[in-house]
Amino acid sequence: MTQVPDRPTESTPATEAGRTARRRALLEWIAVHSLGVAAALFFTLPFVFVVLTSLMSDQQALTRDLVPDTWEWGNYADVLATPGFLTWWKNTLVYAGLGTVLTVVSSVPVAYALAKFRFRGRSLTLMLVISMMMLPPQVLVIPMYLFWARQLDLSGSLWPLIIPTAFGDAFSIFLLRQFLTTIPDEYLDAARVDGCGELRTLLRVVLPMAKPGIAAVALFQFFSAWNDYFGPQIYASENPAAWTLSYGLESFKGARHTDWNLTMAATVLVMAPVILVFFFAQKAFVEGVTLTGVKG
Amino acid sequence: MSAHTLRAKRRRSALRTAAFLSPWLVGFGVFFAYPLVSTVYFSLMKYDGFGTPVFRGPGNWAYVFQDYPLFWPALRNTLWLVLVMVTCRVLFGLGIGLLVTRIRTGTGVFRTLFYLPYLAPPVAATLAFVFLLNPGTGPVDSVLEGLGLPAPGWFTDPAWSKPALTALALWGVGDLMVIFMAALLDVPREQYEAAELDGASPWQRFRFVTLPNISPIVMFAVVTGVIQTMQYYTQPLVAGKVASGIIGGSGQQFEPGYPDKSTLTLPQLVYNLGFQRFDYGSASVVALVLFALAMAFTALLMRRRGGLIQAGDRP
Repeated sequence: MTQVPDRPTESTPATEAGRTARRRALLEWIAVHSLGVAAALFFTLPFVFVVLTSLMSDQQALTRDLVPDTWEWGNYADVLATPGFLTWWKNTLVYAGLGTVLTVVSSVPVAYALAKFRFRGRSLTLMLVISMMMLPPQVLVIPMYLFWARQLDLSGSLWPLIIPTAFGDAFSIFLLRQFLTTIPDEYLDAARVDGCGELRTLLRVVLPMAKPGIAAVALFQFFSAWNDYFGPQIYASENPAAWTLSYGLESFKGARHTDWNLTMAATVLVMAPVILVFFFAQKAFVEGVTLTGVKG
Repeated sequence: MSAHTLRAKRRRSALRTAAFLSPWLVGFGVFFAYPLVSTVYFSLMKYDGFGTPVFRGPGNWAYVFQDYPLFWPALRNTLWLVLVMVTCRVLFGLGIGLLVTRIRTGTGVFRTLFYLPYLAPPVAATLAFVFLLNPGTGPVDSVLEGLGLPAPGWFTDPAWSKPALTALALWGVGDLMVIFMAALLDVPREQYEAAELDGASPWQRFRFVTLPNISPIVMFAVVTGVIQTMQYYTQPLVAGKVASGIIGGSGQQFEPGYPDKSTLTLPQLVYNLGFQRFDYGSASVVALVLFALAMAFTALLMRRRGGLIQAGDRP
């Protein structure tokens, strides 16, 4: 729906002041929306060029042309037929899917305790959670690698990345805790008066109210696994059968130095699921981003 | 209530709390406390992953600070990224946030378009930008040359690789846009009306009404931006690898930082020392430096009034 402010000429009792005010409003509308279009071009053109290049022929992808002469939809079939690509896809889904479920199950009770229980050391626990959340994963990787590879012999797989999600994820705990503190205590007290234990209160009363928070956490966790590069690089690089999309995508480029068209087609195939999920879950997403920020 | 039942009740409540916290308690011990202590231990040892670690004392520290050729370039790059990239991202995020709150027509479409690039997986987004900014065939340089402007080498030129990474970071500014948008919409309307009655210019309204109201969010964006810079790994590493043409599997080992150490960041050094040079001791030293930096800025974030912790406490 477009709402263009009335033109000054169409206005009825046109006093001089009203006319200038309206003209200024129109000019502002034009200025703001021109800037908006310019910004939209900056944000969308990279996608457009990537998609256009992904549809070029091998030769044309090496030229400076911007638009394909012939539209090579077969490039996408070529990428999907690349040995390993579907395995990477499957591995990514296992890592992201299993990791997400385990994260939610293990983080919800912790977040609930931090949000609603009173106990000594609560603020210390919260501070430690935030510290863990802010820690670059490279800081602890040396002992963790030795632990998984030497003691448990699990390198060459994604298990060193999946198993820890069963023990609470700091970012998810923090975000859920932020969400759960906004649920009024009266609801919990009512459940307790009715004779519910804490676990039943959590499952029957809190969980249904916390659905948007849980959805946000699940989405973030899913995407952080989908996007993870460092984890698979450390634990899975030695075994291509365990690679994920994000990790395999780079080697795809390495194996096809000059085939920018196929590399861009693979890039599109890695980006597309994320964007599709976003359109289905837009609200939860934006809510999550706002939750991680601060309300002054 | 007798003292006995009271004590039993307290014990039950402590047990209950422990039960709810148990996943995190295990995670904290196994995936945080133990590796942290272990990293401190390794930072004093000579260890290549095989045999037994040998005590080396401060030798690893001296090596990293004096002889390791990648440490100071990485630290200088980090400083550049903090000063330029973080500043640009915050200003641009604020600008886009301001713009989006003023757009009246097609608001939802604009917001979505501005937000989408933030979601692009980092490896995919980096590949896309290396292609877009490719000196030979990339569309950006084609356009610049068409306009008669100089076409930089971007990811292949040490002077332009960090600006190219900054462009990539600006493209993914959607997270800051959403945070600033929420903050801007929270500024009380009456304050703008009062300022308008007093005849304030648009700049004065921004300077004396908007800015004081959103300054905590600006501060939050700056500090989290700095912390993210400490974790900056995938984009510079992948950009360097792809632009250099050397990618794993070909037998050649990629020394991070291409071109000419200009994309090195501290997390990459942990990988280089630990997993390419098998010097776990020195890798642990860099890890501890990174730990100290990340924790210093996290402390700054937590000390702020109305900061991270209180965030959810307000209805």
